[in-house]
Amino acid sequence: MTLVMGSLQLGLIYGMLAVGVYIAFRILGIPDLSAEGTFTFGLAVSAALTVAGHPLLGVLLGFPAGCLGGAVTGVLQTKLQIHPILAGILTMSGLYSVNLAVMGSSSNLSLVGLDTLFRMSFDLFSSMDKEIVKLLLPALFCLVLVVLLALFFKTHEGLCIRATGDNEEMVRASSINVDVIKILALSISNGCIGLSGAVLAQYQGFADISSGIGIVAVGLASVIIGEGLFGRRGVTWGLSATVAGSVIYRLMIALALKTNLFPAYFLKIVSAVIVAAALSVPAFKRMLIRRKIKREGLRHAVHP
Amino acid sequence: MLCIRDLTKVFAPGTPNEHTALDHLDLSLAPGEFVTIIGSNGAGKSTLFSAIGGAFWADSGAIFLDGKNITYEPEHRRSAKIGRLFQDPMKGTAPHMTIEENLALSYSRSRRRGLRMAVSGRDRDFFRSALAEFGMGLEDRMDTKVGLLSGGQRQALTLLMSTIVPPKLLLLDEHTAALDPATAEKVMAITDSIVAKNHLTTMMITHNIQSALTSGSRTIMMDRGKIILDLSGVEREKMMVAGLMDLYSARQNQTLDNDRMLLV
Repeated sequence: MTLVMGSLQLGLIYGMLAVGVYIAFRILGIPDLSAEGTFTFGLAVSAALTVAGHPLLGVLLGFPAGCLGGAVTGVLQTKLQIHPILAGILTMSGLYSVNLAVMGSSSNLSLVGLDTLFRMSFDLFSSMDKEIVKLLLPALFCLVLVVLLALFFKTHEGLCIRATGDNEEMVRASSINVDVIKILALSISNGCIGLSGAVLAQYQGFADISSGIGIVAVGLASVIIGEGLFGRRGVTWGLSATVAGSVIYRLMIALALKTNLFPAYFLKIVSAVIVAAALSVPAFKRMLIRRKIKREGLRHAVHP
Repeated sequence: MLCIRDLTKVFAPGTPNEHTALDHLDLSLAPGEFVTIIGSNGAGKSTLFSAIGGAFWADSGAIFLDGKNITYEPEHRRSAKIGRLFQDPMKGTAPHMTIEENLALSYSRSRRRGLRMAVSGRDRDFFRSALAEFGMGLEDRMDTKVGLLSGGQRQALTLLMSTIVPPKLLLLDEHTAALDPATAEKVMAITDSIVAKNHLTTMMITHNIQSALTSGSRTIMMDRGKIILDLSGVEREKMMVAGLMDLYSARQNQTLDNDRMLLV
């Protein structure tokens, strides 16, 4: 039971990260690695402000903090024409220093004994079970985020982002500044990722400078699991499926850890393998089809 | 409407691949004029369109549209006033979005819409009636993903998208060349009717000499970045396909590449 509960809680928190990854990779179609930096940025901002006595402000500022990181990547990619992958790497490297600065030049910031958002909620809803509160709070964040994003992608501005991922040339021909659209989309994407980090800091009660390592693979794994189980349909469907994918990913990880399938430090390679395996399915399919064609062709070949 | 002065563009200057695509080109179009452009491959036809559309800046010279100097205006701002169609039907539409969403995006050229809903009920009715005029049944498939349409349907849709907010200038770059003859004819008929209805100033590149002479009111021939022939009025009316071919040969002192140029 604790296993399922914990997975649900973490899955929903990391679900916001996965939603951010979904926006960049699937809707906009840009491989964005800034998440490694912006996730920790949101986490650090949230933790630092909690230490200063403003946990709620800390969580809410996680979003604009991520946006800022995403906007930097966007400007590097568009206005300065740096390759998307490299632009993300530059942002993430730069943010490492920024994050350390935010955390007061220490690589670890503990919130033990401080008023976190979760602790405040326990007091507010003292009649409720703590585990339930720990589930409902991330669920609320996730729900509001997904609803707002689903609405946003139905507006004109959202349509522009979707079209940019589909046919950039056509968006430009519709007199829309593609650069601005990309910067906006990457900001929103990383805003979600920053928010995810911000809530996580409050949830786990500490911030660590290395929290962002491998986080893109975790997000992508959730996106892929969501797509695999629920299919690819509209944007609203995709956003919801991604959150579900994140929860299922956490469940899988928790089960594997519980059964001692692998030690905890194997988590990153597991998510990397999941992503690599899922993305290589089309190549394998093609290989099998070609092999079949060849076999048939050779069997029926008439030698001259 | 459109006025081009002394436009020059050299690709890869100073290298062995140096290529003068536009060579001190001058051209003026009156409002509502429909000009067809012919010329062999590499004559600079598409380069001229790209220069007008803003894909790159010309090395020298100036482009005026409706009295305004647009030479250094960014591409996305120009496209509010210039509609452009390409040979490839895939280029003008977003395949994973519905017909309705594609139209909504191009319709936004009329005004910024920001965070308002992308498609309103009134827009939907407007799109539906505009599509119905094509007689392709697209008006009943507003929620179909554009990627599922045929090349001809996509090109007709692109045509509507580029003209749903009437542009000051419409550029057609061999937009029927990738279609089968019957569909090409249909798309060409739709083109003629849209251009006539909105009195659009239009330029059309074609390798079909026949339609170069029958569509529009003026025909120009380009070669090596220059306009080498400019036909209109009576002179153009009397011109036959064979005559145009002879003229081309005479001026160029070389025979036409019949593989490239379709006679009829």
